[in-house]
Order: sequence, then C-alpha cells, then structure tokens
Amino acid sequence: MNAGAAKANDGIVQLENARKIYQMGHQEVKALDGITLTFRRGGFWAIMGPSGSGKSTMMNILGCLDRLTSGQYILEGRDVSELDDDSLSELRLRHLGFVFQSFNLIPQLTVQRNIELPLYYLGWDASRSAERARELAEEVGLEERLGHRPTELSGGEMQRVAIARSLANDPEIIFADEPTGNLDTATGEQILQLLVKLNEEGKTIIMVTHESHVAVYAKRRLHMLDGVVERIEGDG
Amino acid sequence: MHQIKVVRNILLGIENLLLHKLRSLLTTLGIVFGVGSVVAMLSVGEGASKEALEQIRKLGSNNIIISSIKSIDEEAASTTHSHMSIYGLTYEDHRRVAETFRTIRQAAPVKLMRKEGRLGERSLELRIVGTTAVWFELVRRPVMAGRVLLASDDKGSLPVAVLTEFGARRLLAGEGTIGQKLRIGSDYFEVVGIVKSESGQAGNIQIPDQEIDVYIPISVAQAYFGDINTRRTAGTRERELVELHQMIVAVETIEDVEPTAGGIEHMLGRFHKKKDYLVSVPLALLRQAEATKRTFNIVLGSIAGISLLVGGIGIMNIMLASVTERTREIGIRRAIGAKRRQIIGQFLIETVVLSIIGGLIGIGLGVIVPSLITFFSGMATVITLASIVLPLVISGGVGIVFGLYPAVRAAKVDPIVALRHE
Repeated sequence: MNAGAAKANDGIVQLENARKIYQMGHQEVKALDGITLTFRRGGFWAIMGPSGSGKSTMMNILGCLDRLTSGQYILEGRDVSELDDDSLSELRLRHLGFVFQSFNLIPQLTVQRNIELPLYYLGWDASRSAERARELAEEVGLEERLGHRPTELSGGEMQRVAIARSLANDPEIIFADEPTGNLDTATGEQILQLLVKLNEEGKTIIMVTHESHVAVYAKRRLHMLDGVVERIEGDG
Repeated sequence: MHQIKVVRNILLGIENLLLHKLRSLLTTLGIVFGVGSVVAMLSVGEGASKEALEQIRKLGSNNIIISSIKSIDEEAASTTHSHMSIYGLTYEDHRRVAETFRTIRQAAPVKLMRKEGRLGERSLELRIVGTTAVWFELVRRPVMAGRVLLASDDKGSLPVAVLTEFGARRLLAGEGTIGQKLRIGSDYFEVVGIVKSESGQAGNIQIPDQEIDVYIPISVAQAYFGDINTRRTAGTRERELVELHQMIVAVETIEDVEPTAGGIEHMLGRFHKKKDYLVSVPLALLRQAEATKRTFNIVLGSIAGISLLVGGIGIMNIMLASVTERTREIGIRRAIGAKRRQIIGQFLIETVVLSIIGGLIGIGLGVIVPSLITFFSGMATVITLASIVLPLVISGGVGIVFGLYPAVRAAKVDPIVALRHE
C-alpha cells in the first residue's frame, strides 16, 4: 500500500479499455469487450452475470492468472498488463489471495500444510510458517483440524481452510470464485459472513457469483453481459 | 536458507513418493538393475586388475623371465635310445644379455635340477636352484631365518644352501638348523638361511620359485652336478645338456620392460638355431587383465546402459502420468504464486529422489552380486568407493535427464485450465 496507490480515487484495481478475445476455431469470442472500471480499496464486489457473460474471464484477468489482449490493467498503481509469467506469479504470491468454488485444497497435504503453502513459496521457515498457520486456523475456527487431511473435513470446513490459505500471505485483495457454490445454504452463509468480516478488517474482496442471494453480501454488484458491464448496483 | 529449501523439497518429494509405495518401487526397478550392473561391472573389473597386480607383484613387475624349452624336433629325437639333447640358454647367453642391454639392471642365471635332499633322518625330493645373489633381489621373498646367498658364496664356490619355509618344515628344520648340513646326492651343504616361497602360476607364467626349492650358488651347482642331467624313464635313459634353465632379468623402469624383452628375443634368435627359449613378460598379465576388464565393461556396461535407459523411460512415463494426475495441484500451486521454475524444481527433485532411491537399492544389489560371482566362479571382485559413488551419480543423472521433460510439462500447465480440471 504505497503512497502512489493511495492517491487519486484510491483505486486498487483499474481497467482501461480492457479487451480479452479468445479464438474459438474460426470464431472470435470477445470475453471482455473494452471495459473501463475502477475498484476501490476496501470494497466488497460481486461480479454477476449468466455463464458466458465474461465474469470468469474478468476474475482471471484481475487475479493476474491471465493477460489482456489489449487495454490496460493497473493494480496498486502499477501497470501489470505487460508483465511476464514470473512477475505475475510474484504479484499473486505477495498481493493476492484466492478462494474457489471447489476449494482446491491439495488432498495429500494436511490442513496445516495447505495453509502454509503460500508461505512455503514466500520462503518462510518451517516454525514461523507453522505459527502463522495456527493463527489463521484459529481465525477461521479450525485450530482443532490442523493435522487432518482435506478429505476428512466437511465442505464448509474445507472452504474455511481455503480462506485461511488465501490469508496466509496477508493479501490486499481476495478473489472468491463462487465460494458458496458447493455448499448448503447455511454453511454458505457462514462462509459469506467470514468474507464480510475480512472485508470489515480491510481486505478488498472481489467475488464472482451468479446467485443474487449470495451477491447481496457484497457492497457493490457488477452485472456483466456479453463481455461488457451492464450495470452497477449498491455503494461502498 | 536455500539449503533448507532444498532439504524441504527433498522431504516433500519423498513424502509424495511414499503415497504410492508400490508404484514408486516398480518404477525404479530399471534403475535398480542398471545401477546394480554398474556396481557389479566395476567390482569385477577392479578385481581383475587387483589380481593381475598381485600376480605381477609375485613375478616382479620389472622382470623378464627367459626359460629354456625343449624345441619340438628335440622332443622327437629324444625318444631314440641314448640320444643326448642339447638345448636352452647358455652361460654365454647370460653374459651377452647382461652386457648388451643398458636398460637391464640385473640378471640372475638359474640352473635347475631335481635331487633328493636329506637332513638328519628326513629326506625330501628337492628342486635344486643354482643361482647367484641376484636371484634374491629379483624374486623378493621374506627371509625367515639366517641369510640369503651372497656374491661371495658364488665367487668362493662355497657349499651353502638356502631352504624354503616349506622345505624346512618338511625336513623338520628350524632356526636351530642354520649351520647344519644338508645332503644333496653325495654332497654336503651348510644351511645358511630359510626364505618364504610363493608357488603356482600367475596367469600363464610360472612363478620363478617353488615350495620345494633349495638355493645354492650356481658355481657350486656347476662344479658338483655338471650341466648334464640324466633322467630314467621306463627303460630309456634320457640325457640332456642344458647350461641354464632360466634367466631372470630386471630392467630399470617399467617402460623398459617390453622393448628390452623384444630386444632379448631378437638377440637370442640370432644365436640360437632353434627356438629353444621362451621370453615371458609379467607385465603382459596386466594387459590381459585390462583386456578382461574391457570385455566385462562392454558386456555389463551394455546391460547397465539398457537398464538405465529403460529405467529412465519408465520413470519418465510414471512422472508424466503423475503430472496429469496432479494437474489440479499444479494449478493450485501456480495460482497461489509458484513460479514455473519452482514447479519444475518440485517435479525434478521428485524424479531425482526416486531414481537415487533406485540407485541405492541397486547398489545394495550390486554389492551382493559380485560376492556371488566370487563364490561361484572364483573370480576376484573388489568394491571400491568409486564403484559406489559413480553409480549414485549416474542414477541422479538419469533422474535429471528423464525427469526434465515431465517437469517442464508440469510447469506449462495453465493454472486457469488446471483449476477446472477434474
């Protein structure tokens, strides 16, 4: 959070005429068709839309997992549109956290080792990592489960492990891709409450969902259709 | 920091391999056999060299041994009655060889005959070796008691004798025997010393000394027993005149051995009408051993090479399957921020660990096999540090070579696709 990023309208993530075009056989698919948008620091966004609307592509671009065909992506005041694979990895490692619909825990690793995974790539030593993993597990209420493997946990517990993992590197932004998609309503609500709490603690959260009862937890809702922003609701 | 990371990576690799114990074991079998063959190959080759060196030590590495042999037509003629065969090396040959070649340091003339020796009550069929003090310089054996022959013994034609340890034991001689009289034929010799002896063959070369030897000055042998030997066999009397039965020549350096042997061969050829001598070079044994080693290396080396290749391909195959199986894991790691080279490192380390484990098992196998070879064929085998370190390095190398492609494939996995992978 440098001084440069804090100025202007405090945009943590900015897109300038962002285009992403896929070649599907002979057909061009415009997944993002010239989007200009600013996400403010500390926001909680829900990106909504039917399948094929470009919301997943938006998420991949913002999460530095994919690159724009044209246009600019400015993250924390820094143009990342032209960065190479290693630099994007480094950005994800230091500034971003991910939570997925299907949890995406590594099944052969214990809960603790799953939470420690980003720290491993950050080069933390074992004892410091273990301490951090314990803290995070407590934060999501899973300190009893550190030695278990993901397969021994319920869906809600797995998603909480995934959230703990996404927090390990103390990221500025957390991306949540349909975080409640594989959970029952009650468990889903707990997960959403946890995201709200993290947002209140200062994390910027960008969540992709197609369910409006999930989207209501976000401060702002971005509706996408055919690669463009249809409308934005809410404030904050 | 970096070291800790490597250690952690290795531990993670081992952990992952332990998830599929049987699969890992089967995968690594090729490496096991390959490395086993390498260890066995090296130990057999090493054993052959060591054996050859041991033989050369017995014969003397700088020595050339020239022996008198009965030529083939002499052999035929000697069946006729009362014929006397004359053949072999002469005193003149000895003088000429010793004086002509500047590379020759020393030359010992040897006269051999079989006679009965008697010491007190006991008797023994002895091989009388008439020679000079030089013999003991060239055929070095530990002195058990007393002394060996001296130049003065030969010059003064003193009737002294040196027994071997074996002969001494058979004649019940001990330290107290020094100074006693040994009767050979009708002559008496004063026992002045006892030496150890080697015996048998080294390669195809007869070792100069035998257990039943007794050494006397050559001047005495010549004066007492003459140059004519008579042998009685089934009614015929074989008489032969041989001045010298052997010459042992030592050259200055090992490089001189072969040229000097060639020179001696050439010179003797000029003075002998028949080929009634044989020049043998102990160093040739080393060449033989090297040839054996080479043959073994080619045979076992091919087996090892094929096994390692097959083993490497097996490992590559299983790692490729593993990459596919773990696509999602790779995607997760990449999304979290792992760089491509870290994914490469992870898979490469896993492959190397797998093949090194195979290598270690192979070394175990390769240590057992040579001892079985020694047990069943009597062939000497030696396991050296190099024969363990080299295969270990090779197995690590196989891991790197065959692990690289799967690892690069893993790193190319697109995280977006991988995260949706079921």
